[in-house]
Amino acid sequence: MIKLDNVTKAFETAAGTTLAADHVSFEVVEGEICVLLGPSGCGKTTTLKMVNRLVQPTSGKIYINDKDTDAYDPVELRRTIGYVIQQIGLFPNMTVEENICVVPKLLGWDMAKARKRAAELLDTINLEPAIFLKRYPKELSGGQQQRVGVARALAADPPVLLMDEPFGAIDPINREVIQDEFLKIHRRLKKTVMFVSHDIDEAVKMADKIAIFRAGKLEQFDSPDNILAHPVNDFIADFVGTDRTLKRLRLVKVEAALDAGAPRVTGDESVERAAAVMNEHRHDFVVMVDAGGRPHGYVARDACTGRTGTVAEHGDALPATVGLDDDLRTAVSMMFMHDTRWLACVDRDGRFAGFVTQKGITSLLGETYKVAPRTGGR
Amino acid sequence: MHAAWTGRALIAVAFVATFALGVVAQRSGLFDQIAKYRSDIIYLSQQQMKLVAISGGLAIAIGVPLGLWLSRPRMRRVAESMMQALNIGSTVPTLAVLALAMTFLGIGTVPAVFALGIASLLPIVRNTYAGMLGVPPYFVEAATGMGMRPMQILTGVELPNALYVTFAGIRTALAINVGTAPLAFLIGGGGLGELIFTGIDLNEPGMMLAGAIPTALLAVLVDFAVAVVSFLVVPRGVNPLR
Repeated sequence: MIKLDNVTKAFETAAGTTLAADHVSFEVVEGEICVLLGPSGCGKTTTLKMVNRLVQPTSGKIYINDKDTDAYDPVELRRTIGYVIQQIGLFPNMTVEENICVVPKLLGWDMAKARKRAAELLDTINLEPAIFLKRYPKELSGGQQQRVGVARALAADPPVLLMDEPFGAIDPINREVIQDEFLKIHRRLKKTVMFVSHDIDEAVKMADKIAIFRAGKLEQFDSPDNILAHPVNDFIADFVGTDRTLKRLRLVKVEAALDAGAPRVTGDESVERAAAVMNEHRHDFVVMVDAGGRPHGYVARDACTGRTGTVAEHGDALPATVGLDDDLRTAVSMMFMHDTRWLACVDRDGRFAGFVTQKGITSLLGETYKVAPRTGGR
Repeated sequence: MHAAWTGRALIAVAFVATFALGVVAQRSGLFDQIAKYRSDIIYLSQQQMKLVAISGGLAIAIGVPLGLWLSRPRMRRVAESMMQALNIGSTVPTLAVLALAMTFLGIGTVPAVFALGIASLLPIVRNTYAGMLGVPPYFVEAATGMGMRPMQILTGVELPNALYVTFAGIRTALAINVGTAPLAFLIGGGGLGELIFTGIDLNEPGMMLAGAIPTALLAVLVDFAVAVVSFLVVPRGVNPLR
């Protein structure tokens, strides 16, 4: 847990005193990722650096796991906090292994234990230890370097990670991959992470909580969905963009919009039976499943009316299916691609689980706007 | 492709020229003349190497820490002006430094070592300083953020990354040093300059060459030695040669 209590940082400049952080208070719950977001010079990096005391607050207190950070020697404090910067900063004179072992060595670990840990971590970040341990940073690609940067920060198993635009210098394709990998690692290790970004999409993807800064002030601190749905002022509304509701699609899993009570028929049932099922459920179509429960087609009302025979004879192939764990953005994108208003969903084993409709998605996203508008950032 | 061919041609020409020169030297009896000074060459070479070793060693021992010190953040304001002062100092010809050293320190080894040390100090300070400034600040930030102490950052991160540039400075400095060392004879410091200058005075090419050729060989040898040390000492990750 990281808790900032009324933290202020004033810098003396030629133009007078500037407040890089102005009475900032918020709390990152244990095991959560909090993204500090805002335009350049808004004070997000300064705020981050005050946590490991690279920048000393002018006033206010910062607690890590309920312990005042001022009670530590700054150098000792930093050894218990993982730190990743945008430029990565792998030391070029050291091998990957030596880089990862820096903090364990500072903490006085046994070298054999530190080396074993380095190999483990390389495994975690999907780099083959036998190949990469003895390499030098210059022999790695940018993406590999940043992975090693994350591994180095995790080396001594710190409870808290500070990341200063860690994926900012990586090309967009690799950035997505590394973000996904990091989220996977995070789900396993459950570190408390403070993460600086200027990219709203990255923030929405990574964050449990987002803190938006402007000119040193914390403007809003909330869950990504609330920030997107209920920006507290025009600045935040502008910052998150006019397509902010579309961005929310990414936050919701298909499962949440699922119509689970969806009827189904098997291919050898009659079309009369299919029509009866549709009437009963007030649907214009029904999904056809095979013996294992996997969807393999559908039959529409029009195709049944006044016909005889089995469902299989009159059915059509499904244009696409979507998994329960996919986000709604994927689902909507598929709907647009196949010009359809609904999609069949499958569970992890490929069995039919229900369907999502455009109407279901819009009403789900719209729900939050119907309740009384929220005020205030906390 | 073309460059490689030219390079090979040049080597071939140089090889033939050296061979021809050797033949001419042999025919004219120059080798016999030089060989007469065999014991002098050995003694004076040793004396000159001692001068180079002491003055070069002192220049490294003073220049590297001085460069490091100037590169510290708290020195940033005065560092540039001090570098300028050193630059001006290095424009004073070595011969003048020798004369000045003799004025204050008398004749013999001490003023010679002093003057040679001064002459080779600047490249070492300048390259150490430039090498340290060339280490990107984010390495220091990452190291600080990970909990390294300033001394650990200096020895573990900054210095190893500046080492290649520092060694280039040491190499230049020692090349200047060996090349200038024969002048030490002029203020009683000894060395191969004794054969060279006496040879010139007596108009005796054999004697002159007996000093000049070993001086050239020593310069090449020292340069090679520093190159080998730098190859071995500079860590592989920051050594463009490995």
